[in-house]
Amino acid sequence: MAQNTRTVPAGTPTNVTQNHTKGGIGESTLRPDGTLKVTGEFAYSSDMWHEDMLWGQTLRSTVAHAEIVSIDVSEALAMSGVYAVLTYDDLPAETKNYGLEIQDTPVLAHGRVRHHGEPVALIAADHPETARRAAAKVRIEYKELPLVTDEASALAPDAPLIHEGRDDHHAGHVPHPNIVHRQPIVRGNVEEARKRADVIVEGEYVFGMQDQAFLGPESGLAVPAEDGGVDLYVATQWLHSDLRQIAPVLGLPEEKVRMTLSGVGGAFGGREDLSMQIHACLLALRTGKPVKIVYNRFESFFGHVHRHPAKLHYEHGATKDGKLTHLKARIVLDGGAYASASPAVVGNASSLGAGPYVVDDVEIEAVALYTNNPPCGAMRGFGAVQACFAYEAQMDKLAAKLGMDPVEFRQINAMEQGTLMPTGQVVDSPAPVAELLRRVKARPMPPERQWESAGEGADVRALPGGLSNTTHGEGVVRGVGYAVGIKNVGFSEGFDDYSTARVVLQVINGEPVAMVHTAMAEVGQGGVTVHAQIARTELGVTQVTIHPADTQVGSAGSTSASRQTYMTGGAVKNTCEAVREKVLEIGRRKNGSYHPAWATAELLLEGGKVVTDGGEVLATLADVLEGEDPIDLELEFRHRPTVPFDLVTGQGDGHVQYTFAAHRAVVEVDTELGLVKVVELATAQDVGKALNMLSVVGQIQGGTTQGLGVAVMEEIIVDPKTAKVRNPSFTDYLIPTILDTPTIPVDVLELADPNAPYGLRGLGEAPTLSSTPAVLAAIRNATGLELNKTPVRPEALTGTL
Amino acid sequence: MDFLRPASWEEALAAKAEHPTAVPIAGGTDVMVEINFDHRRPEYLLDLNRIELLSEWEVGEENVRLGASVPYTRIMENLRAELPGLALASHTVASPQIRNRGGVGGNLGTASPAGDAHPALLAAGAEVEVESVRGSRFIPIDAFYTGVKRNALEPDELIKTVHIKKADGPQQYSKVGTRNAMVIAVCAFGLALHPETRTVRTGIGSAAPTPIRAKEAEAFLNAALEEGGFWDNGKIITPSIAKQFADLCSGAANPIDDVRGTAKYRRHAVGIMARRQLGWVWEQYRGTGRTLEGAA
Amino acid sequence: MRVNFTVNGRPQEADDVWEGESLLYVLRERMGLPGSKNACEQGECGSCTVRLDGVPVCSCLVAAGQVEGRDVVTVEGLAEYAKERTEHGSCGTGACGTPLDAAKKWQAKPTQDSQTGEGVELSPIQQAFIDAGAVQCGFCTPGLLIAADELLERQSDPSDQDIREALSGNLCRCTGYEKILDAVRLAAARQGEAV
Repeated sequence: MAQNTRTVPAGTPTNVTQNHTKGGIGESTLRPDGTLKVTGEFAYSSDMWHEDMLWGQTLRSTVAHAEIVSIDVSEALAMSGVYAVLTYDDLPAETKNYGLEIQDTPVLAHGRVRHHGEPVALIAADHPETARRAAAKVRIEYKELPLVTDEASALAPDAPLIHEGRDDHHAGHVPHPNIVHRQPIVRGNVEEARKRADVIVEGEYVFGMQDQAFLGPESGLAVPAEDGGVDLYVATQWLHSDLRQIAPVLGLPEEKVRMTLSGVGGAFGGREDLSMQIHACLLALRTGKPVKIVYNRFESFFGHVHRHPAKLHYEHGATKDGKLTHLKARIVLDGGAYASASPAVVGNASSLGAGPYVVDDVEIEAVALYTNNPPCGAMRGFGAVQACFAYEAQMDKLAAKLGMDPVEFRQINAMEQGTLMPTGQVVDSPAPVAELLRRVKARPMPPERQWESAGEGADVRALPGGLSNTTHGEGVVRGVGYAVGIKNVGFSEGFDDYSTARVVLQVINGEPVAMVHTAMAEVGQGGVTVHAQIARTELGVTQVTIHPADTQVGSAGSTSASRQTYMTGGAVKNTCEAVREKVLEIGRRKNGSYHPAWATAELLLEGGKVVTDGGEVLATLADVLEGEDPIDLELEFRHRPTVPFDLVTGQGDGHVQYTFAAHRAVVEVDTELGLVKVVELATAQDVGKALNMLSVVGQIQGGTTQGLGVAVMEEIIVDPKTAKVRNPSFTDYLIPTILDTPTIPVDVLELADPNAPYGLRGLGEAPTLSSTPAVLAAIRNATGLELNKTPVRPEALTGTL
Repeated sequence: MDFLRPASWEEALAAKAEHPTAVPIAGGTDVMVEINFDHRRPEYLLDLNRIELLSEWEVGEENVRLGASVPYTRIMENLRAELPGLALASHTVASPQIRNRGGVGGNLGTASPAGDAHPALLAAGAEVEVESVRGSRFIPIDAFYTGVKRNALEPDELIKTVHIKKADGPQQYSKVGTRNAMVIAVCAFGLALHPETRTVRTGIGSAAPTPIRAKEAEAFLNAALEEGGFWDNGKIITPSIAKQFADLCSGAANPIDDVRGTAKYRRHAVGIMARRQLGWVWEQYRGTGRTLEGAA
Repeated sequence: MRVNFTVNGRPQEADDVWEGESLLYVLRERMGLPGSKNACEQGECGSCTVRLDGVPVCSCLVAAGQVEGRDVVTVEGLAEYAKERTEHGSCGTGACGTPLDAAKKWQAKPTQDSQTGEGVELSPIQQAFIDAGAVQCGFCTPGLLIAADELLERQSDPSDQDIREALSGNLCRCTGYEKILDAVRLAAARQGEAV
């Protein structure tokens, strides 16, 4: 086997330096990677390229649940241009599974496949087409097994067990082995409280399976190294979590798997789990050649987990004057064949299942099932998104039954600082739920019949159906709906959630330059922008270099749970503060005897200088650091600790921080054809402190749009008879285009959370919660229909299901 | 796979005669998807991009002679007056990028019931000129679609020109999709008034194994318009006539349940589109219709 | 097979091309021009949009062999393309191309380090995308830039609905499109001021 000469592959990320005189926190500083991204030079994981590289291909199961009777790879292996064909039997180490929390996912199927599209074999070849042809020549004989597709079939007395002999840490407390995790939340006395209710409403809600549909497909490049290790360039959300799962399967120590973050084309939770990482490494180590794997869109639908579809049963009661009496809810999430993030999704759905409302008597139960459906896991706002859809529909039903305005009804019951969550946790920082609702409601309404504004007939682009020319105004009815939601920030339930930042301060060409090195996955959210801003604010420099994210520095935790600005932003701040102390130490050592202020005053770093809090300049940074080694510190940062929820009562201070957003949706529905045009989706959100308003607004608008998508068009359709995915393409899994997306006015509140760095509040997920129920409420308002399912299909609006 | 690049129409016909399994590729908007997703591995790809006559059109006395590869964008921009139905249909095709590449020949070659052009061609009235080394022939559009993704072409034939009747009256076209742009038809409907012959024609897409006309509905409306003297008196068509026409169009559909929609919905939507379009074309016929910003 | 065509004004040749390869694959994997993106490869996202003889098309749906002898502009050549247009008048057909001198200087693969690109000359639409915050993950950006630039070439002051229609073939999953609209408006306004 030819030994590969190690070279740096094309597309390897390098330092990016941004020079900015202003550009501390609070400024709308532009992205440091912006120029690279608009010129096409920013290298995404699928852009990686290496001389002499091979192409990896994954062969996936064509059935959902089957015993693998035999696999014959001989014909594929004999093909010219094919370098390797690997199956389970070729896995090199004892460890053959991976998983975020429960290691139940086989790297390659072992005797059995549990869902449609499960990886069974890997091929490396000299061209993608060679690899595809070879894949077609691998002979696999399946013997199909009975399917588990829903709660009834999962819990039936003779139900096949998706995972036999479970020994994970949830196995002991779940009522059935086909339940991944169960979390009850019990507070007060629902039976008693129900007696106080003047009205009771019940509802059964169904949330469809949503796909993250990030545009950059799963991809990466594995380059075998001379030390027997491997260099891996991938798009992910958490390098160190990947590493922890990859290394044992390769039989390598973690230091021999060197990971570098390639450009990430969006994530939204879909890159929390591994996709092609281990596969590419296995092929590279086997062939001794660099191996690139790029999924196409079809494969991408099988290559990552989706948002849990859910069935939610809710019962609420309220008194005549509009006070909630009680809540009883049961939330069943379909986790599919492997656990992925299901336990955490259960934790969120249950603990946030009451929404941002004061309700003292609560019984909530959430479970996630193991089934033969596609595995489900992390997606923006997980658990909280599904619950918000249900409780917000309930709020409207209650308001209607009481004859109250839906916003006023919510405001009467809105939580605020000091409210107790159903978990018993005190909401100990601002919770401006009523104010957020007030703001979206107070906004002027968009003009009616905007399709006529051109003055000469109907502009179909402004009508439901858009360019398809289905109406010129006929059947079109306007509706308005409101919703508000609550999401937790950061990793909860006792998880040791931390981030690491390395900051180097040195003088280069007479200028002080700070370098920020973290393992934070920049997935588009703008973390790198904010890191540079924090370094400027804390160190008083103008030039900041962002080091590529890799595993040569400590873990940054995941770019998920709205946590990265809080956590890695917090870590950068924290390390910068320590660097500043070092600067001042050096300054005192060098200059302390010349000016008493070195010893007595509060000292700051501003504009490249050491200044007193009174503004007196003591020295330039360049002078202080002259002749010194670079100050180079790497420190960890933790948020305040949380505890697991009690497995019986669900009580416990399980969350770090809460975040809130409200939406008002204005829609126009073609009631005859069942087509919807969202006219405006106004939102208000408290972000604690906007470190970069341009990025904040961008996050809110993007999150809002993903919520819109699931309201009216997005759903992975799984055939209940076969558990196969029926629409794995962008032709049939539709996400909103620019003609489906309305104007999204954003109202940002900044009420500081005293526990968080700069008072900031994680913000990425909250907008995805309330936009869906707001749109649903608006469609209900326009049509008078009940609509208990996302997405709202034309059939549901026209009685043609 | 071999890539054949004929420089002329004659060369293309010769290549197709020699390799009848060759798959013609022009805009590539169907063929390349199938290749990219490994759904198809033709032995030969027959590139038609170099054949200029396929990208040309000519407006004659009675017909528009539309080259098979004239991109939808050109149809929208240049043939709105002559082929209003097809221009509207063209505007609903996928995205601007696809409309810049795809043409009617591709829709006809693929013969998917969901092809956007079909209902407009059926409603306007058209003939498809196909040719092989054996000679050329004209296939009436009504006889062109022979089954699900099947058409009347012989293996050695290529689609050359579509001869479409110039509009002698208002035409309309709508399609239902679950997104406001870039969407494949759940179902589609086209309607053309032909005042010269005092007839109407329809086209239904994606609601039967092939694109179809609602002939019973046409016959009913022809009779009703004649009987009520509507062509002459220009009166508003009564709601009961419109309803019956819509019901008959709906009844002509023979759809299936699939991932894009239910059969029941498709039938329902065809009826709604038929009723609305009848209103629109009749308003236009009566001379009070307004033009549609952005509609074509 | 072998394919010859012009990319961003520079003659290029690709050898051993498999007949089923798309223009997108040839650009990305054979010419070191990965700027055009591979998000769906089925014409449903617009991230691979390039100008083919001046016309915006999805390069994933153009067979490599169909490009023989033709002229392609990708996001890597957009700044230069826009500059040529400004300096030498309208170039709606794309026939103006890049003069031979400039073509010779053009690099298929940037050799410079990935700095912030200070000093890099951008087209107005590229600058507007950065300034308006229209870039997040950036995967849709190259295709959107090509489409938006072509819109502004045809129509100097498009309405919001015109912008929406022109960009309706380009999916973006991060931004919710609002800032993309801002960027196109901004570029149009700057273009208007410059005239």
